[in-house]
Amino acid sequence: MGKLYTFLKYFFITVWTVFVVAPFLWALTTSFKDFNSVNGGVTYIPWVDFEPNLEGWRVLIKSPAQGGVDIVEPYFNSLFVTCTASLVSIILGTLSAYALSRYTFKAGPIKNNDITFFFISQRIMPPIVLSIPFFLFLGAVNLLDSLFGLIVVYIVLLMPIAVWIMVDFFNKVPREIDETALIDGCNPYQAFYKVVLPNSIPGLIVAGMFCIIFGWIDFFFAFILTFTEVQLLPVKIVALNSSITPWWSLSASALVSVAPLIVVAFIVERYLSKGNLSGAIK
Amino acid sequence: MNLVGENLSYKLTEELQLRKISFNFEKGKLYTILGRTLSGKTTLLKTIAGLLMPDSGSMRFEDKNFLEIPVWKRNIAMVYQQFINYPHLNVFENIAFPLKQRGLDIKKINDEVFKSLKLVGLEGYEKRKIQELSGGQQQRVSVARSLVKNAKILLLDEPLVNLDYKLREQLREEFKNIFVNGLSKESIVIFSTTDPREAMELNGEVIVLDEGRVLQVGAAKEIFENPKDLKVAAISNDPPMNILKADLGSNKIKFEDIEIDIPNHLSKLTNKNFNFGIRASDIELNDNGFEFEVELAEISGSETLLHLTRGNLKIITSIEEVMDFKIRDKVKINFKSNRAYAFDEVGNLASSPFRGGNV
Repeated sequence: MGKLYTFLKYFFITVWTVFVVAPFLWALTTSFKDFNSVNGGVTYIPWVDFEPNLEGWRVLIKSPAQGGVDIVEPYFNSLFVTCTASLVSIILGTLSAYALSRYTFKAGPIKNNDITFFFISQRIMPPIVLSIPFFLFLGAVNLLDSLFGLIVVYIVLLMPIAVWIMVDFFNKVPREIDETALIDGCNPYQAFYKVVLPNSIPGLIVAGMFCIIFGWIDFFFAFILTFTEVQLLPVKIVALNSSITPWWSLSASALVSVAPLIVVAFIVERYLSKGNLSGAIK
Repeated sequence: MNLVGENLSYKLTEELQLRKISFNFEKGKLYTILGRTLSGKTTLLKTIAGLLMPDSGSMRFEDKNFLEIPVWKRNIAMVYQQFINYPHLNVFENIAFPLKQRGLDIKKINDEVFKSLKLVGLEGYEKRKIQELSGGQQQRVSVARSLVKNAKILLLDEPLVNLDYKLREQLREEFKNIFVNGLSKESIVIFSTTDPREAMELNGEVIVLDEGRVLQVGAAKEIFENPKDLKVAAISNDPPMNILKADLGSNKIKFEDIEIDIPNHLSKLTNKNFNFGIRASDIELNDNGFEFEVELAEISGSETLLHLTRGNLKIITSIEEVMDFKIRDKVKINFKSNRAYAFDEVGNLASSPFRGGNV
C-alpha cells in the first residue's frame, strides 16, 4: 500500500512535470533553429538533430532598420507599466482594505461588504465589457496610446485584486494588535504602519505577485488601447506573426517574456515559507 | 484626581452591555472586577482604555474629561486575555515599543526594559522571538510591556484565564508582588476575572458585575462574608453557593424532609420562608448526618466535588481530600449551620454568619 502510493505519487508528479516543462524545452530548442530546421521535420537535440544558431535571439535586439524586430523597448514599457500600476494598486488597495477591515462604513443600504464586492465586481465583469468604456474614456482625456493611460487602466484592473486579498488578510490579523498599538501610544496611522503593516508582509507579497502576474500577461487592453506610439510586450510578440512566421524569434521572445514571472515566483516562494503570523495571538 | 465614571451606558447589543455604570477609582489601589462571561467586564475596561465610546455617561480623570482624550494620549496600559504581543518584534523590542513611541533616549529605554524584564522573570529572554515563547512567557512579555510604561491606569482583562492551572497559581502570586512592589502609588490597577478565588486572593476592592450592572462594591473579604444577594453569592463562589428553599419552624429550619437546629445568628430571622444558603465547603461528611445519593463526583486538584441528591434536593459539596465515590453511592452529610446564610424571598441577604440578625 505504502509503496504503491509512493510510486503513484512520483509517477503523477513526473507526468505533470513533463507536461509543464516540455513546452518550455520545445520553445528553447526552437529558438536556436533556423528556417530549415523548423520546417524540415521533427528535430529535438541540438548539434545532433540540427545545427543551432543565435539568429532567433539576435533579431530581438536589432532595430527594424537592421532587419530586426527590437523587443527591447516594448519590454521596458511592459516592465514600467506593470510595476508602476502594481505598486500604486498595492498602496491604494492596502489602505482601502485596512479601512474596510477595521472601520464600519454605511451609506444607506451600502455597507463594508458591498464596497468590497464592488471592487471585486470589476474583475468579475468580462474584460470586453470594460474595453469600450475604457477606450472612450481614454480618448476623451487624450490618453489613448500612452503609457500613462495604460497605467491608469491597469490600476483599475489590479487594485481590486489587492483589495480583495488584503481585506481577507487584515481580517485575520487580530484587532487586539491594533488596539495594543493605540494603547502603547500610536495614533491610528502609526498603528497601521508600525504594527499592522510589518505583520502583513506575506499578504502584501501575495497581493503584489497577483498584481504583477495579471498586469504582465494582459494582452487584451494593451492591444485595444495602444496603436503605434506605445507597444507592450505581449502585443509586440503577437505582432511578430507576419506572412512568414519566425518561429525561432517567436520562441525566444516568448521565453524572455516569461522570465520576470519565474523570478517573481522564486522570490515569493522563498518569502511565503518564511512569513507567518503565529505568536500574534494564541 | 480619581478616575470617576458616571452612568456609563451602551445601547444593548450582543457584545456591548453596560447599564449606568458608575465608579470612583482611587490612585494606588487595586480593583478587581468580578463577573461571569458576558457580564460586561471587557466592555468596561475597553471603555476606560478609550477603545470603546459609551453612548451616554461621563468619565473624568485628573480633572479632565477622559472621554475626549483619544486612546493614544490616555497613558494607560492593558493586558488582554489572549496573549497579545507584536509578532514582528523580539521580546526586547516588544517591551521597548511604548517607550520608543514616547521618544525616550536609548539608555533610559534599556534600563527600563531590563528592569521590567526582571520584574516578570524573563531575564535572558530579550533576544527571543515572541513565537519561540510558551503561552505563559508570552503573557509575561505583555505584562512587562504594560508595566514598563508606568501608566497611571493599568487594566488587566482576565490575564490568567488562558494559562494552565499551575502557571495560573504561580503568576497570580507574582502579580500580587508586582502590584505591591512594581507599581507607583500613583497608579490605578483594574483586574477583571471570572474566578472568585482570584478576586479573593488579590484582596483588593471588588466590584461585582452582572449583565452590565454593578451588583456590589466592597473589599474582597466583605463580598465573601456578606454577599448582598443571591446573584452575588452565586458569582462570588466557586462552586456556586447551595441555595435551598427553607421554612423557619418554631425552633427548626426545614427544607424538604430535613430539619436542622436554628443556629444563633439566624435566630432573629423574621421571614418564615427564606432561602437557606450554604457554601459547598461548609458541608461535611458525617456518619450521623442526612443520607444523600451521589449523582456525580469530580476530583479537582486536591479536593473532591460531590453533586448530591435527596428527593428534590440537589446540593454540591467539596471535600478537602481526594476520595473515590461511585455514582449512586450513599453518603451521610452534615450542614455546618453556624456558617449558613439566609436570603429573603426576593433574594436579598437577610442574615450572615458574620453579621447576625437583619442586615
